[in-house]
Amino acid sequence: MEKHAGFMKALKCRECGREYPLTANHVCEFDFGPLEVVYDYDRIRHSLTRASIQARPKSMWRFRELLPVAGEPTVGLEVGCTPLLKADRLARRLGIRELWIKNDAVNYPTLSFKDRVVSVALSRAKELGFTTVACASTGNLANSVAANAAAAGLNAYVFIPSDLEQSKVVNSLIYGGHVIGIKGHYDEVNRLCAEIAGKYPWAFVNVNMRPYYAEGSKSMGLEIVEQLGWRIPAHTVVCMASGSLLTKIYKSYQEAMKLGLAPEARPRIHGAQATGCSPISTAQKAGMDFFKPVKPNTIAKSLAIGTPADGFYALRVMKDTGGSAEDVSDDEIRDGIKLLAECEGIFAETAGGVTVGVARKLIASGAIPADDSAVLCITGNGLKTLDAVVGHAGYTREIRPSLREFEALLDAEEHAPARA
Amino acid sequence: MTVKVRIPTPLRKLTHDEEIVQVGAATVGAAIAELQSRYPGIKERLTDDAGNVRRFVNVYVNEEDIRFLQNQETPLKNGDEISIIPAIAGG
Repeated sequence: MEKHAGFMKALKCRECGREYPLTANHVCEFDFGPLEVVYDYDRIRHSLTRASIQARPKSMWRFRELLPVAGEPTVGLEVGCTPLLKADRLARRLGIRELWIKNDAVNYPTLSFKDRVVSVALSRAKELGFTTVACASTGNLANSVAANAAAAGLNAYVFIPSDLEQSKVVNSLIYGGHVIGIKGHYDEVNRLCAEIAGKYPWAFVNVNMRPYYAEGSKSMGLEIVEQLGWRIPAHTVVCMASGSLLTKIYKSYQEAMKLGLAPEARPRIHGAQATGCSPISTAQKAGMDFFKPVKPNTIAKSLAIGTPADGFYALRVMKDTGGSAEDVSDDEIRDGIKLLAECEGIFAETAGGVTVGVARKLIASGAIPADDSAVLCITGNGLKTLDAVVGHAGYTREIRPSLREFEALLDAEEHAPARA
Repeated sequence: MTVKVRIPTPLRKLTHDEEIVQVGAATVGAAIAELQSRYPGIKERLTDDAGNVRRFVNVYVNEEDIRFLQNQETPLKNGDEISIIPAIAGG
């Protein structure tokens, strides 16, 4: 097949630099290093400018030249351009001068950042002639592949651990694709899918389509830069499962600087994990550049990857940028979810509780200075992980439809509101 | 004694498209050495210059990651299955 395609030049091994054609292939046959898309930045520079971006529709595809499809995208045209909001109330609670929330809890159509990677992976899968798409997932990716495949008329097989939150299971089933529950944790689902991907001619978005898929995450960082008025944030806190999102957010900042979209800056990228599955943050805190795999045990199931494929690269990004990592317990995750909800009216899933909880620790320790500015990347919606907070969010108080009973309820409160 | 080794797609050029290869080794490290003697070049794909399994290669014995067992010293018994799998992305 033709090597050049759109603004892509080739796939290239991140370890040894060997180049490969732009097919559905994710791994170097010499050293198993991951393959990454190489772009023609000289051509992109002429086509992607602040003016051209701002003239385009409000979706992630306004950064189309930096997303790896050969022609025009065909799947997920409405994805992205989620709100970046200035979180003054949360900033006061966490003790930092300026705080921003990038809110992918309301990403379209399945309420997580995964719609970004899936719209790229499925658009590219169609270009390469696939009719069946698949994924190994901790839940959000399954939702997104199932939904976007349905809308694109593709067959879908999604593989998930069988103990996922009910809302994530139903959110995958409703679109009519094939949902396979695996009796095991995500790393075991992953291993099985690697074996299935070697045998069936399917586009596995996070296996053989991974080089294209992973690039979709850059759109989250590029949107942050644009929404800040073409500025790279000083600090960004990103939750880590495989570590891929963190590396791609950094890559998007580097590309924005390289292409002249934003002035040169020294962004620090901080990683957040749950203590019950913290191979990357544990290694970072110990000053190691490699991690030890773990068996996950956390309510943050979307982050429960014990063998993180991009862990090495995430560690390198944190080291190179002067970022840090932390992890938080299940109770701290729930506190983080509640804090974000009570301060900003945003209900994030458990991964968002991890990000908020870790940001709180990093600000308290001075790793993120109190007089500085930070962006928190919120990646998924709390309605999908209700199981984790049921019984921790308070209870409704029931009364009969009687004004007398309501006023009795008010009187019982310490600070009853004034009556008219 | 025989142990089955599942060969991943990127290595099948070396094994002449064989998906499953039988070895008689007593440890994972010995199994890699035996593969190398039959399919020259395969060891350098799996291990680095120091002889450690490459960081993007995951090796499993009966579905358990050898890093939770005894790495290359993990003992093998008749009927065991080894899988060699590239690390894959999150989801």
